[in-house]
Amino acid sequence: MPADVDTKIITRQFGNEEAKNIEVYESLGGYRQLRRALGMKPEDIKAEVKASNLRGRGGAGFPTGVKWGFVPADAEDVYLVCNADESEPGTCKDRELMYWDPHQLLEGMIISAYALGARNNYIYIRGEMMRETPVLEKAIADAYERRYLGEDVLGSGFACHITVHRGAGAYICGEETALLESLEGKRGWPRLKPPFPAVVGVFGKPTVVNNVETLCNIPYIVEHGSQWFADLGVGRSGGTRIVCMSGHLERPGVYELPMTLTMRQLIDDVCGGIWKGREVKCVIPGGSSMPPMSADELDVPCEFDALMTDERIKPVEVAPGVPFDMGGGKELRTMAGSGGIMVMDDHTDIPAVCARVVEFYHHESCGQCTPCREGTGWLAKISHRVAKGEGRPGDVDLMASIADGIAGNTICALGEAAAWPVLGFLTKFRAEFEAKIKAPKEGAAA
Amino acid sequence: MAALSSAERAEIDAEIAILPDARSASIEALKTVQRHRRWIDDDALGAVAEYLDLSKHELEAIASFYNLLFRKPVGRHVVLVCDSVSCWILGNEAVKQALEDSLGAAFGEVTRDDRFTALPMQCLGACDRGPALMIDEDLHGPVQPADVSELLRRYP
Repeated sequence: MPADVDTKIITRQFGNEEAKNIEVYESLGGYRQLRRALGMKPEDIKAEVKASNLRGRGGAGFPTGVKWGFVPADAEDVYLVCNADESEPGTCKDRELMYWDPHQLLEGMIISAYALGARNNYIYIRGEMMRETPVLEKAIADAYERRYLGEDVLGSGFACHITVHRGAGAYICGEETALLESLEGKRGWPRLKPPFPAVVGVFGKPTVVNNVETLCNIPYIVEHGSQWFADLGVGRSGGTRIVCMSGHLERPGVYELPMTLTMRQLIDDVCGGIWKGREVKCVIPGGSSMPPMSADELDVPCEFDALMTDERIKPVEVAPGVPFDMGGGKELRTMAGSGGIMVMDDHTDIPAVCARVVEFYHHESCGQCTPCREGTGWLAKISHRVAKGEGRPGDVDLMASIADGIAGNTICALGEAAAWPVLGFLTKFRAEFEAKIKAPKEGAAA
Repeated sequence: MAALSSAERAEIDAEIAILPDARSASIEALKTVQRHRRWIDDDALGAVAEYLDLSKHELEAIASFYNLLFRKPVGRHVVLVCDSVSCWILGNEAVKQALEDSLGAAFGEVTRDDRFTALPMQCLGACDRGPALMIDEDLHGPVQPADVSELLRRYP
């Protein structure tokens, strides 16, 4: 039973208004790991992070240590950018991490910057996070005053600066290369890769972009070691996981939990079950770009690899019996994504939800790639008419065909983010879409 | 007031100072002007472009890209209503309707007393508090349709 397990590590100060105060943070042991890290070799910190199995918490789940390793060994002027542009629908954890425990993020960032040899660093925060930004700015000012930041961090000779950059409202800027474009004062248009940001990033310099939650874990890896962190997790995924539980739940909220918990345990044991005594119908497991799960697929652990490979989750199809091909014949089940878990009860109109999800990606498509710009527009138009009961025969297949035509054919992952949930909803709830198309005709004949 | 005021120039200069070049300050410069003038009209856009040595078209491409840069007039208070899926399944349509009814203005319009403009926003990232909305810098949620007029009263 999860309630018995004390898994709060990076969320332990949630609810404590005092913890954002630098004296309180220090009295709780804060910045001690920075002192320890400054006595270590940067290479050793990198090796620890790699061995810890820490994976990126922004959505992709890519191993953080491996990402750090892409920075060329002889690189000068390395930048570290904290991606605080949390905007994937369903996700609301980085906001809380920054508000309740800003120094934890700064300590993680300074240690990471030391390991990477990064002197100039940015936090790119969502423009909408107006409560969190001043908290972060105050924390940075206090950290400068106490020499955790500046030209000579704690007398070590290491120079480290952090600047907060506020976004101006664009989902796509959460994509790391779009974020770098935006930092440079441009439209957030994702870049073609390669070159990867670790080689050519912001202002043409090698850049590592890491999510808020990812960086918050770094001090604990330094404190307890990589083995401890890896053991907290399961398989190739180290640490705990923060999930953002939203939708038709008795107790929605942000929870830090072991990755071994199943989706059903999260809903029933952690969140008190479905509201109004109803039954669950559908769950989006990792932000709205991830394929949904149906009620009979919820006994799978909410861990990166399990959600991708567990055979209890039906693979996404482009047509009944025809699996979607992620490339090289690889099937798509679903993914843990950003930890944004949206739960829907048995009264939910799935085609209407699908239309709402598509509308988001249509609005936020940057317009650079034709398959995404045009495809999301058509998907929005068709999914709305289907949801309203005005669908035409063939619309369900047309939606699948458009989605399949977007996926894999765009510069960045927004194409997949729009295509995957559509294909997923059609795979798991196809009859509901078809019923919407048949219904008005029957009405007209009567 | 097309030309940039000295206060605006000072704020923009402070942004340029911490960046490798002036053009990197374009988004911050537009936000600065918006903070002073509520929204960015064509003249203001032109003045910022000239100040940063960008073409107007280049800057317009940036201004029109971001949801929080306003190229049309807004009221004294801006209401951002989360229009994304978590809030939608929790009934944000009814909240949006209540808002339009209370304001007597549709989304995107300025109320007759110049007090409010409501705008739908793609996901405010407050999914555990849906349906959510922001008024100026304050996040509110969960908001029920019946709460709307009382909430608005707090912003004279």
